[in-house]
Amino acid sequence: MSVGIVFPQQAHFSSPLMLKSGALLPVFDLVYETYGTLNAAKSNAILVCHALSGHHHVAGYYADQTENIGWWDNIIGPGRPLDTDRFFIVGVNNLGGCHGSTGPASVNPATGKHWGADFPVVTVEDWVEAQARLADILGIDAWAAVIGGSLGGMQALQWTLSFPERVRHSLVIAAAAKLSAENIAFNEIARQAILSDPDFHGGNYYAHHVRPLNGLRLARMLGHITYLSDDQMAEKFGRRQRPGAGSYSFDVEFEIESYLRYQGDKFAGLFDANTYLRMTRALDYFDPALAYDGQLATALAPARASFLVIAFSTDWRFAPFRSREIVHALVHNGQSVAYAESNCAHGHDSFLMEDAYYHAVVASYLQRITL
Amino acid sequence: MIHTAERADFDLIASWVKPNERVLDLGCGDGSLLKRLIEERGAYGYGIEREEAGVQAAIAQGINVIQGDLEQGLAGFDDGTFNHVVLSRTLQTVRHTERLLTEMLRVGREAVVSFPNFAYWKNRMAVMRGRMPVSEDLPYEWFDTPNLRFFTLLDFESLCAKMQLVIRERQVLDESGRLILEEPNFLGSLAVYRLGR
Repeated sequence: MSVGIVFPQQAHFSSPLMLKSGALLPVFDLVYETYGTLNAAKSNAILVCHALSGHHHVAGYYADQTENIGWWDNIIGPGRPLDTDRFFIVGVNNLGGCHGSTGPASVNPATGKHWGADFPVVTVEDWVEAQARLADILGIDAWAAVIGGSLGGMQALQWTLSFPERVRHSLVIAAAAKLSAENIAFNEIARQAILSDPDFHGGNYYAHHVRPLNGLRLARMLGHITYLSDDQMAEKFGRRQRPGAGSYSFDVEFEIESYLRYQGDKFAGLFDANTYLRMTRALDYFDPALAYDGQLATALAPARASFLVIAFSTDWRFAPFRSREIVHALVHNGQSVAYAESNCAHGHDSFLMEDAYYHAVVASYLQRITL
Repeated sequence: MIHTAERADFDLIASWVKPNERVLDLGCGDGSLLKRLIEERGAYGYGIEREEAGVQAAIAQGINVIQGDLEQGLAGFDDGTFNHVVLSRTLQTVRHTERLLTEMLRVGREAVVSFPNFAYWKNRMAVMRGRMPVSEDLPYEWFDTPNLRFFTLLDFESLCAKMQLVIRERQVLDESGRLILEEPNFLGSLAVYRLGR
């Protein structure tokens, strides 16, 4: 069942946040949503961390926009794997985001203008710090679970390292302990598409009343290809041509081109280019083992949480062997971890899909959590 | 293979595990053996299981199950991590027999292997009658069996000798789970071995 009508809330933080880069964010806001009821012991809270282009609107819909359904609605609600009859679910828009939390499009209190290019680069560690402040406000000492896919999975992992005592279970889905060179390369092309857009104006496009829409479109089109699987694209679009194709032009001739342009346009209309730059950089930088000579097991040793790691066989962007690296590091340390690998056909985006096995595994894992 | 009911070889295996010992259960099914070793023996363990139903059931039981295919070996698991690496009623379903036994004794100090004895007298009778055996320990028809290898106590022991594996202990059970002391290759339907290097 759906959680039904939901509404976003805003938390204001007036004490400064020291970021990993050394930059100081004097004040900031986080926008979040909650579903279900926090129990008296405050022991049933689950934090949902979002991926690259996500936000706080994870489940349900808005009273005035019934078609605006949360991005992970299929897994959250009464009787769903993240059962709101049992758990209190929190979704949050990350710092640097463009859906209400303080980000590059926000006004810098020091200048009275948009932050723009001056908004600092944020990292996964910074997000976890900010989310911990939100947990403080909600009175949550320890999350029953922190869960996320892709970049969200990295946050779920980082939580267990930044605040080992504040997270009892960590669900790391379609993620990796660090990006591969190939992954960083894709991110770099996406950023170059944005940075080279004539409307980018060094990141201060807000002042020029334009947006680097073309760059953002290209970045999203590229990203979108990497989130799907070859098989799925073949099945969904194949080489089907559009009416009037065969004109030996560079207009839209194939269905896949039409689909990518549609996705690119839709995304560029909604998303902020400066946020996209920062989110991809946060992905690039994430590497908890870096400070430990590349030894992931050493890096993960402080974690006290139990882990559930899930990968998808058709995910080539964060392939299953990347998830198994996390699992083997945890096993090396004798830490508690379960690992499931789903045959879901949707590539990296499988973590957003309603795959029966994947959802059953998450449900089974969460059901055994004592509150 | 998915483990189901309580099984006689579990009693033997449980008796060999001491508190705080680390156990890796290969083909752990729904995790019943591990659950028992953790609860009754104070062990600490992980399971490896290929089938979705087993993985999900093991997760529901709170077991540290890792989905994977034993045919791929145990890459990623460090040498000498486990006190016992258990392969319960699964060796006969594995194609890369020698490689798996080698891997078990790489990541574990001791390998515990149980398997159905194809030379059990009822199996011999079935073949004498002209039919492949179907029994408690070989519960499949020939056309739908997950079993790839059919072997006997003598066959297994000659493989151990060839691979220079040390047989530390051997227990043989009949279909009711009773220990067989005489004529084990004829009277035993299930064999349980402790192997070392």
